[in-house]
Amino acid sequence: MTVAVVRFPGTLDHDSAARAVRAAGGDAAPAWHQDTELPAGTHAVLIPGGFSYGDHLRPGAIASRSPIMGAVRRHAEAGGLVLGICNGFQVLCESGLLPGALRTNASLSFVCRQVRLDVTDAGTPFTAGLEGPLSIPVKNHDGAWYGDPSTARVVLRYHGENPLGAVDAVAGVANAAGNVMGLMPHPEEAVDPLLGSVDGLGLISALVRA
Amino acid sequence: MTRVVVTVMPRAGVLDPQGQAVQGALGRLGFDGVDDVRVGKRIELTVHGADPEAEARRMCEELLSNPLIEDFTVTVEGG
Repeated sequence: MTVAVVRFPGTLDHDSAARAVRAAGGDAAPAWHQDTELPAGTHAVLIPGGFSYGDHLRPGAIASRSPIMGAVRRHAEAGGLVLGICNGFQVLCESGLLPGALRTNASLSFVCRQVRLDVTDAGTPFTAGLEGPLSIPVKNHDGAWYGDPSTARVVLRYHGENPLGAVDAVAGVANAAGNVMGLMPHPEEAVDPLLGSVDGLGLISALVRA
Repeated sequence: MTRVVVTVMPRAGVLDPQGQAVQGALGRLGFDGVDDVRVGKRIELTVHGADPEAEARRMCEELLSNPLIEDFTVTVEGG
């Protein structure tokens, strides 16, 4: 199964995202921000982390208005899976494909460490069969989710803490249909025992099963 | 050409950690009369066209602000 890995100017994690897709048994195909179509044969889309367009204006704001996002939107509207990680999550919220917004961390600090995540909704294709707490790292400065958790489909919460200051300790949300999901932690950095955890593999594997 | 100034501010009720940090620093410098600080941004546009204010408002709605977390104002400064 082919997973398109979207890259904007300033994207950083495309290589580790592609490596994680291969670790999950899939093929990764690069998609450039100026493309108007996803790579031929794309089954699922992964928008990786980084600092697209230098985080100018608001993280993810400019990337969310780029040509490739039209193709990502059509893929999502057709029921295809889309996973946004970190900056990819910010891009999906800015594009309106996911509810809420990501704000500067309450501590004003860049937070880079392992966190544990509770799976609060196992009814999406991404979280089906996942049991928390999952051990996955975060690394961001603007990762505090803001939104209405009573209307958003919250799929992941920080376990026993709220390291970024998100509303209700939300770490990841999905759209109502469950085929678009975003999270601030980095599952692609938790797919190899050498890195201390393989708890991210389940989320990445969902893209490959698509 | 017309200059239009857009200000974008965190919405009332949305935590503004940057404003809080600045308020704390002002207090430590002895400015003890500061009750609140909000930090936003100012965007200066030099534009041409029939209705710069309406055009700037559309820019705010489509890109310059995120209505979930920010409010904006548009001021035409003349040209």
